[in-house]
Amino acid sequence: MASENGTLIHLRDVHKVYYRDRIEVPVLQGINLDVHEGEFLALMGPSGSGKSTLLNLIAGIDAPTKGEVRVAGESLGTLKPSRLAAWRARHIGFIFQLYNLIPVLTAYQNVELPLLLTRLSSRERKKRVLFALGLVGLEGRAKHFPRQLSGGEEQRVAIARAIVADPTLLVADEPTGDLDAKNAAEILTLLKRLNEELKKTVLMVTHDPHAAERAHLIYHLDKGVLQS
Amino acid sequence: MKYLRLIVANLLRSKRRTFLTVFSIAIALFLFCTLRTVITSFEASLRASQATRLVVRHAASLVFPLPLAYRERLAQVPGVTGISYGNWFGGYYQDPKNQFAQFAMDVPTLLDLFPEVVLPTAQAEAFRSERTACIIGGALARKYGWKLGDQVPIIGTIFPGEWRFVVRGIYTGQTKDVDENTLFFHWDYLNESLPEGRRNFVGIYWLRIASPDLAASVSGRVDAIFENSPQPTKTETEKAFQAGFISMIGNVQLLLTIIGSAIVFAIMLVTINTMMMAARERTREIAVLKTLGFSDGLILRLVGGEALFLSLLGGALGCGLAALVFRESDFTAGGFFPNFRVLPETVLLGLLLAAIMGFLSGVAPAVQAARLEIASALRKVA
Repeated sequence: MASENGTLIHLRDVHKVYYRDRIEVPVLQGINLDVHEGEFLALMGPSGSGKSTLLNLIAGIDAPTKGEVRVAGESLGTLKPSRLAAWRARHIGFIFQLYNLIPVLTAYQNVELPLLLTRLSSRERKKRVLFALGLVGLEGRAKHFPRQLSGGEEQRVAIARAIVADPTLLVADEPTGDLDAKNAAEILTLLKRLNEELKKTVLMVTHDPHAAERAHLIYHLDKGVLQS
Repeated sequence: MKYLRLIVANLLRSKRRTFLTVFSIAIALFLFCTLRTVITSFEASLRASQATRLVVRHAASLVFPLPLAYRERLAQVPGVTGISYGNWFGGYYQDPKNQFAQFAMDVPTLLDLFPEVVLPTAQAEAFRSERTACIIGGALARKYGWKLGDQVPIIGTIFPGEWRFVVRGIYTGQTKDVDENTLFFHWDYLNESLPEGRRNFVGIYWLRIASPDLAASVSGRVDAIFENSPQPTKTETEKAFQAGFISMIGNVQLLLTIIGSAIVFAIMLVTINTMMMAARERTREIAVLKTLGFSDGLILRLVGGEALFLSLLGGALGCGLAALVFRESDFTAGGFFPNFRVLPETVLLGLLLAAIMGFLSGVAPAVQAARLEIASALRKVA
């Protein structure tokens, strides 16, 4: 999926502008970034610096105003919405700050969601879901609904959901932002394990310098400009 | 099929709202089936009428009788091959709400002129030979649990007093359109029991003609014969008579269609509102699903599927309930709708309507959900 030199994420002169009441608000200004397969990269910066926007562009859930975003061998700007959705299902595992589990589904059903998009049989899906839940240490909580789980457990279910389809890239937007120190440490250890043991490329946005320390590389964004 | 669990889970998110929506759709479809059955019952009574039978009544109104003396002159009209006559009795059984049709009929000619009334030979013989005997339809026998030999007291309204009849026959209809909710008894019994001044008058004559092609000419001849008499006649085919009888209460079909459509339309607006609300509440979840790789088309189908599922569930409940209620209750509206049965075609039409309702109510929220921009949806609610 990566290019010949192992680059998984390739951004060139990426700009993003939002319009608020017809006023132009530049969020990203000429971002150039290369991330290699297997890396664990942390993206830091103050609120409003454009970290989440950059993450969304890389995950294919937003489009740049200008520039090229190439991830896992695809130039995302050229993909039609349906192909982009299929691309996301295949390559991206997204971890949100607020977990974003579906409240009416059990932990098992939440983790199974990305697999519904595949051609796997229900038996095969079950095997994979239980494996993913086991990996995050929640095999015993499969039948629990999100409201019956603690914040740390919810985030671990969200991580299981992100990895269950074996994506190329894990993107995490402030994954510890809503957790206490103990749970945050557990989640970071888990991400580190996924990076080291399963060789997953991880791209994490965080405010927390301690969290960023777990990464191989730390980039800073300030007023839409990237500084390494 | 693997997405059905997701659809059901979303519908059970707010059980009360889902229940109320399904309930309102069920009520709408129940009413639709009921109103539609009124129309199909009318149509069934028209189908049951014979093309070779004419009805002769007083030209002014059904309320005024014709002399019995007309019988001989009518029988002599060219083209007429049989004649029978009778009176609408208009009574009830035990309680005024137990109403059904009763006719005092000329028994010797009844079964000959109405071959659709099927009666075993022995029962027919027993009916003919006993002055106070009556025959009843199978549906009526089932409804009141009457058996052969039972005495049935009927309270007369047009002909006051309590009239007792012995059940000597239980007839069945030749086709399913034939009314099985009627009681027939001897016209002679009624006539002899009346005061002198009311005797020897007939409500309706039925004429059998050799061919349906003769209907117009025979009708014209009959009415011409009595044109200048004190009791002029109006002669028409049985079908025209039935249709005229129905039209006495106005353009029923149009009225019922308007009422039915208005109910369904109102409920559809309620369903659209509910679905829009349900989709709006789940903006973040829809954005999450899209982040996971659910395509716009799949989101459209899932949200639309919820509306369709909801409508079909309500439709199945409403139509099923209507079919069950009117089958079990033997509802006849006081004998006015002797064959009031929700037909399978009506149930299918109701379900089709429910599907259309579901589709239309699901379109707007489904399109809205499919068009949702992930990043802005996550940003708004995060």
